Amino acid sequence: MTATMQPAITNSLTQGQLHARTPWVTLGLGLTAAAGIVALITSATGSEFSLVGAIALGALFYLVAIVVISRLVEGQRKATDRFVTALVSGAFLIAMAPLVSLLFTVVVNGSARFDVEFFSSSMRNVVGEGGGAAHAIVGTLLMTGTAAIISIPIGLFTAIYLVEYGRGPLARAITFFVDVMTGIPSIVAGLFAFALFAIFFGPGVRMGFAGAIALAVLMIPVVVRSCEEMLRVVPNELREASFALGVPKWLTILNVVLPTSAAGIATGIMLAIARVIGETAPLLIVAGFTASMNYNLFADRMQSLPVFVFTSYANQGVDTQAYLDRAWAGALTLILIVMVLNLAARLIARAFAPKLGR
Amino acid sequence: MTATDPKVRTVAPQGKPKQRLGDIVFSRTSLISGSAILAILAAVAIFLVGQSVPAFVADPEEFIGSPASFWDYVWPLVFGTLWSASLALLMALPLAVGIALFISHYAPRRLAQLLGYIVDLLAAVPSVVFGLWGIGVLAPAVLPAYTWLTENLGWIPLFAPPVSGTGRTILTASIVLGVMILPVMTAICREIFIQTPVLHEEAALALGATRWEMITMAVLPFGRPGIISGAMLGLGRALGETMAVAMVLSATGIITINLVSSANPSTIAANIALSFPEAYGVNVNLLIATGLILFLITLVVNSIARYIVNRRKDFSGAN
Repeated sequence: MTATMQPAITNSLTQGQLHARTPWVTLGLGLTAAAGIVALITSATGSEFSLVGAIALGALFYLVAIVVISRLVEGQRKATDRFVTALVSGAFLIAMAPLVSLLFTVVVNGSARFDVEFFSSSMRNVVGEGGGAAHAIVGTLLMTGTAAIISIPIGLFTAIYLVEYGRGPLARAITFFVDVMTGIPSIVAGLFAFALFAIFFGPGVRMGFAGAIALAVLMIPVVVRSCEEMLRVVPNELREASFALGVPKWLTILNVVLPTSAAGIATGIMLAIARVIGETAPLLIVAGFTASMNYNLFADRMQSLPVFVFTSYANQGVDTQAYLDRAWAGALTLILIVMVLNLAARLIARAFAPKLGR
Repeated sequence: MTATDPKVRTVAPQGKPKQRLGDIVFSRTSLISGSAILAILAAVAIFLVGQSVPAFVADPEEFIGSPASFWDYVWPLVFGTLWSASLALLMALPLAVGIALFISHYAPRRLAQLLGYIVDLLAAVPSVVFGLWGIGVLAPAVLPAYTWLTENLGWIPLFAPPVSGTGRTILTASIVLGVMILPVMTAICREIFIQTPVLHEEAALALGATRWEMITMAVLPFGRPGIISGAMLGLGRALGETMAVAMVLSATGIITINLVSSANPSTIAANIALSFPEAYGVNVNLLIATGLILFLITLVVNSIARYIVNRRKDFSGAN
């Protein structure tokens, strides 16, 4: 609209309202003023220009200005509304700050050692520079894979029980305890695996399989929850049509219910894997840490990628920077794996979402 | 689900209908899987208790650091756990409600789902990476603020000097924890805010309410159980979070409410992660016993949260 000249037509509905662009202009002015002030202070004290400080100050200016302007033009109630709108949008931006900062830091610091050697060599006989996380990546794949092999059947069949068979107190108990299990701290799962294996192998037990058990304890409830949700989405008409054709219940589940929800189940499983692949604490306890490659799940310590990141940071050798670089490169690898799993899961879910008749 | 039971077939006129082998095998397998979960949870409890018993009966002199008694060892850890988790909750709850409101009621419809995904990405970041970030970026960044707090507000016990030299204090750890529990709390709040009956919202707006008045009248009363259970679940996560705290916090194992000094209480989970690799003898049982206490605390918190969620069966965002 080019109604900036003179209000030729007075619309009674928009009387006493701020123009739609006013908040944005106010925000721009506030930020500019704040940047100016911070720049002045900077030149006076000789310190570095603080972008965070400028944005925070600008947001404060905007908050005050918009409330005052709105109070004068629109009245108290609208002013409160604008105040809350600014706060709520600010909350979202504040939450974005750590995410952006974290991703930025990991990419910048991690790219230093994100090279071929990092993925092709282990830490055996490496004291300073060089070395890599091949042993940790293999360990992570082995343990997470074993955990998935254990927890996917249990989780999927439990979901089938809850949706297709479960009635009465047992189903209610399982639902409740699956929820409770979701909240088990990961370190407690690690202690459980340790307590279990210490009975058979003595108090100093460290092995990859125990780590897989700990991960499975954490993974099962996530698989159950997501599979259950997906199975419930399958329309009942499909089941009834199958029963009407005389198909037994188990074949109905196998040939009708599961294929319909396959994409959703795949998504849920991938998200569950993404959740446990970054677990550090349980593996630190039961799988231990080592510098060497270990392909055997049932003997000796086994390194994993998150534990590699932790130990590289915690036990820095003489050449501190080399250890830190490896830690950050490991963190970058880990984040990439998790993000790819997450994105792939979302894409699968979106591409193969069950077509409901609506 | 009200799936028709195949047993109701009227093919066989007399007696019970024949049970197919496939049906029996399939239903048994799923029943066993379901029961296996109960068994696993029971096993977790039993093994933890079994391995903790030696710590309860042992002579405290054998424990590392020779505390006067078992509870003398545990109590500072319990305090640190509850203290850091409550601080994290205090910071994250208003933010989570704000973000959930932003996504559900303020952001443009088209963007809302994308923004939800972005917040969920925070949940995907492994805790060990949060730990690295907390040490490398956050601690140096907040240190000037801590220095300012001790210099100007040092008379408040929370900010009593001397300030920590590294910024790795309990407040920094709590900020990291707060960021980590944001996504789960946001997801639950968002889920229930979206389910506010549209008629309530439209009625409020039609009566001339501003958007904020509509939210206070329609959305927040409806969403209160969601907010409470989200907060409880977030608290459960914060209580059990291990690596981020273990890495960020430089703990000395004392009880203090000072947020910015270099002497900080440790947490149960962080203490286990840091001490376990070098533990021997009865100290292993001691650490497992602290893990049992952590398990019980989170069990209570999560059960309360689930109880509140389950009272409202209408929404299923509790994950």
